[in-house]
Amino acid sequence: MSADQFLQYLVSGVTQGSIYGLIGLGFTIIYAVTKIINFAQGEFVMLGGLLSFTLAHSAGLPLAPALIVAVIIASLIGAFMYLLAIRTAKSASVVSLIIITIGAAIFIRGIAGELWGVDAVRPPYFSGSTSLSFLGAYIHPQALWIIGTTVVVTIILHLFLTYTMVGKALKACAINPVASSMVGVNPKIMALIAFVMAAAIGGIGGVVMAPFTLTAYNVGVMLGLKGFVAAAIGGFKSPLAAVFGGLLLGIVESLAVAANWGPFTSAYKDAIALIVLMLILLVRSGKLAEEERTG
Amino acid sequence: MRNYLKYAVVLTLLAALLALGGISCSGSEEGATPTPAATEKPAYKVGALFSITGANSNLGLPEKETVDMMVEKINAAGGVNGHPLELIFYDTETDPAKCATLATRLIEQDNVLAIIGPTGSPESLAIIETVTTAKIPLISCAANIGIVTPVSERYWVFKTPQADKEVAAEILRYMQAKGITKVAIITDTNAFGAGGRTVLKRDAVNYGITIVDDQTFASEDTSMQSQLTHIKGTDAQAVICWSTDKPAAIVAQDMKTLQMTIPLFCSHGIANAAFITNAGAAANGVIFPAGKLLVVNEVPATDPQKDVLTQYKADYETKYAGKKASTFGGHAYDSLSMVVIALGKIQEGLTTAATRQAVRDQVEKIQNFVGISGVFTMSATDHLGMQPGSLALIKIVDGKWTWLQQ
Repeated sequence: MSADQFLQYLVSGVTQGSIYGLIGLGFTIIYAVTKIINFAQGEFVMLGGLLSFTLAHSAGLPLAPALIVAVIIASLIGAFMYLLAIRTAKSASVVSLIIITIGAAIFIRGIAGELWGVDAVRPPYFSGSTSLSFLGAYIHPQALWIIGTTVVVTIILHLFLTYTMVGKALKACAINPVASSMVGVNPKIMALIAFVMAAAIGGIGGVVMAPFTLTAYNVGVMLGLKGFVAAAIGGFKSPLAAVFGGLLLGIVESLAVAANWGPFTSAYKDAIALIVLMLILLVRSGKLAEEERTG
Repeated sequence: MRNYLKYAVVLTLLAALLALGGISCSGSEEGATPTPAATEKPAYKVGALFSITGANSNLGLPEKETVDMMVEKINAAGGVNGHPLELIFYDTETDPAKCATLATRLIEQDNVLAIIGPTGSPESLAIIETVTTAKIPLISCAANIGIVTPVSERYWVFKTPQADKEVAAEILRYMQAKGITKVAIITDTNAFGAGGRTVLKRDAVNYGITIVDDQTFASEDTSMQSQLTHIKGTDAQAVICWSTDKPAAIVAQDMKTLQMTIPLFCSHGIANAAFITNAGAAANGVIFPAGKLLVVNEVPATDPQKDVLTQYKADYETKYAGKKASTFGGHAYDSLSMVVIALGKIQEGLTTAATRQAVRDQVEKIQNFVGISGVFTMSATDHLGMQPGSLALIKIVDGKWTWLQQ
């Protein structure tokens, strides 16, 4: 393999990894605050993409407002999902709530299938489709948008959680909900904020990746799964860990194709992602059990 | 005397009642009713299984719309020999397990006489066992040749779309004519892509072509750049992509991103306007074999299919304004047409099991049926029956399908 080729595999892997990481961020935020794994996270990505297509292509809005409105609508749907499906089942166990999110995902997907039909669509590219050359590797301008968005969203999220009052309250609620409610942090409001943020990040992801990956009413399943793997590799710990989980997954997938030897061929690309996840969970499971014991 | 008369009258009435009962039991109304028979004959029930949701939904929807349109038209014209046609439709959700359950429901509960569909190869393969055990004819709308071969084990199964073999041959023949000897293939890991991969790997050598790279992807993958990077590192002179339109559009886009200049050939899976819309400028130059429906305006008037194609396109695009007729709808057209031809030739008054047998036998006897995907002549050894010359090689030029004259 030449250096150019290796770099090309890395570029592809980082692009994919940014997509996975961005979706993983949403999983992490909701998990941290509520301990719920939101299996509807992929659906927000789908909604962002399809809404931006409708607003920019069919409704004829200029691109920037179309993208912003798409993200706002996706966030509102996240809020509705929390208020109508999660909060109403207040006494349910976390496992029941996780199952509710699966139901919500199927519901959202079904409605989207009715509204948008079944064909895959492509919203307009942000800045054309002429690929750029980068040290002998090529990169699609939309891929640069994806990577850039992931970096910016991660930084903003980090600053928000570290330096704002609401961010600190979210963190406090994640660390100890009982203690934080005693000092005036309402865990229900925090959960609502977490869902809206996760939906917004999902929507942003959908908006920015749809021109590159195409989108359809059913893309949320696979994207949600990859995002979940990214968040799991990151241990559902911090946004940064989720993004690194995503990048690791993307790069491993890409290099598996490059190896093209024995089991490491493109045919097993997805299996390799799951093997990486299992290995990490195996290594971590001891640690997790320990954390559980020590509280 | 009066008593005898009374007795006789009662007896006659009884006899008449019995006779009437007998008629309605046998279910044969020939000559028994002087009123127009059209509304009184029992409906011929046909089952349809299409994927109008799930991964194959963009293929299943035009199929469903096509059969709805046909049934309406057939019934408006008085049905099949006076029997109205009743279509019982279920959505397979592109799920083979679900499809198998639905097939059983059609057979056991709805008592249909034949089944058309399913849309995809995995679902079709999943119900072969079911229909064979239940002894009911199935006319599949899916590509994989395994659906109708080995024909000795596919007594009850037929299909209408061109098989992978013919499609691959069309591509390979063209490549040979253009002097291409080294190709890379990139295929979907689903049954459709895997079918194409097997045929390409088996038949390429017959055309003096070597496969120098063999890559795959999953239908839901969001980028094929890594696989294409690998292909770019080989000395392939062309790429063959075997998948439906969404992943193929990503392959076309990624090849453009990687600035690969070798030509891209695709399977008939991209015979859908969505491919051109989604691949954008990257669609230009892509070559693929498909039914003639896509280039119906360029089909010469001497072609036997010209009239059928023109009529179907006009009917479909009038009924479903804003939609374009697709070859997938054409597969459903061919499947249902064959069932209707067979139903038109069977005897009246058979039991359900005997009717299913008769429909099967009549489908197998179909000669020179001019359909949308081609001209069909079924036989005991060929349950696809598509005659040569049914496919057109199409090149996308400036976002439009054009017939590539060789």
